[in-house]
Amino acid sequence: MSLNVVELSGVSYAYPSGPLVLSDVDFSVEAGEFVAIAGPNGGGKTTLLRIALGIERPASGRARLFGEPARNCSHRERVAYLAQRPQLTVDAPVTVRELVAAGRVPRRGLWRPLHAGDRSAIADAIEKVGLSERTGTPLARLSGGQRQRALIAKALAGEPELLVLDEPTAGVDTDAQESLALLLEQLHKELGVTILFVSHEFGAVEHFVERLVLVRGGIVFDGEPMALAAHWHDPSHVHS
Amino acid sequence: MSILDSDFMRLAFATGAFVGLLAPSVGFFLVQRRLSLIGDGLGHVAFAGVAAGYLLGLSPVLTALVVTVAGAVAVEWLRTRRAAAADQALALLFYTGIAAGVVLVSAAGALNVNLFSFLFGSILTVTRADLLLVAALSAVTLALIALLYRGLIAATLDEEGARISGVPTGALNVVLAALVGVTIAASMRIVGVLLIAALMVLPVIAASRLAWSARSTLLLSMGLGLASVLAGLTTSYYADLAPGGTIVLVAAAAYAGALGFARLRGLLGGSR
Repeated sequence: MSLNVVELSGVSYAYPSGPLVLSDVDFSVEAGEFVAIAGPNGGGKTTLLRIALGIERPASGRARLFGEPARNCSHRERVAYLAQRPQLTVDAPVTVRELVAAGRVPRRGLWRPLHAGDRSAIADAIEKVGLSERTGTPLARLSGGQRQRALIAKALAGEPELLVLDEPTAGVDTDAQESLALLLEQLHKELGVTILFVSHEFGAVEHFVERLVLVRGGIVFDGEPMALAAHWHDPSHVHS
Repeated sequence: MSILDSDFMRLAFATGAFVGLLAPSVGFFLVQRRLSLIGDGLGHVAFAGVAAGYLLGLSPVLTALVVTVAGAVAVEWLRTRRAAAADQALALLFYTGIAAGVVLVSAAGALNVNLFSFLFGSILTVTRADLLLVAALSAVTLALIALLYRGLIAATLDEEGARISGVPTGALNVVLAALVGVTIAASMRIVGVLLIAALMVLPVIAASRLAWSARSTLLLSMGLGLASVLAGLTTSYYADLAPGGTIVLVAAAAYAGALGFARLRGLLGGSR
């Protein structure tokens, strides 16, 4: 039996003085799965993700991460999270290598200096996303797609077991979206890392993911992407 | 007569050298986090600390150190708990600090020239004890930045991502806030509480126009901070000008020069 990396049981959530965003959600992800979570903006998919990662506390129900309560998980270095809009508005010309090296901190800790194994992990992560020729290039001089790859390399540098991407295709062109999807498929196969891909537009990865979860106040579909059409005659309503 | 023949100038240069290295090293992280104005707000809190020192008969530098570090941690608390928006937290700090300073100064009957030396900086009033204190605070601060550099960069680039992956971003933010407070208290003798924030910010934004990486930005900003202090003190000595203002104007000129150089380099087809 595979370990559940993420497990939500009977989870409900509402913003203060607001309506329910999620109602009685049961959801789990096994180790090694590649799961796309899709749904309309405001449907609750990012909230579901934040509860699963222990950032938000559910109004009711239980959230577990690597078998521990998500809020107090002691294995956070096993998670890499690529935020919807990562704070990359720094003034300094941060290079690809510096960005990726920052992703090694969770694994290495604050105080211990980097050793040869860390430097090798950083170089490997940069190589996996195809940016070995640009290690010394400031992020501001990369294209949107290359910057997205650099962020994924940062996530990989920590050798995560769970890679979470929140709207990773927002703001990048179609070619970059397809390229990102191919990269994720390759990483999933090579590294066996569990991937949670959250997007209101899952077209780029629908051919690669094993499982699609549609969220709209609760889970309205959970299965193979191919089964969606049969299960849901009018998928266009997903994009409200 | 050489500028270094005077004992007070030797003290001012030595203390200023520490301040020139220290202020941009802490300011680097504030600028990258878009928190450049926090130093200004905390300068006003330092003023309240100086006034409290006069009122209590204690060293104004030490009371400013305690009050400014407490203020910095309070702002960080307000910001992270979202008890107030970042700009509101800053406004609260700014106005409370200056109001408390004015009230305490009037209560202590200390509206005199010595007070103005803390507000605008003075090279005449730097003592050997000041130098030792600034040297010790600078050494501790720079050592902490060197030790925590990778963690501070990780939290600066992507705070939420770092927190989710287990980096103790809350503790790092509190340490950084405390270091801002320490820097302001250590620097106010030379630059003055009203201008210290400029020395934390201007060398950093100048360096970022010239540098090629985050690390080179940090090191270059420290070099520019040191050069600004030494050139500003020299100019203020010969031209009989206020040292704090002169240092900041030199730093502003360095920024203008860096901007011009970067534009010229861009026109000639060089990299950033």
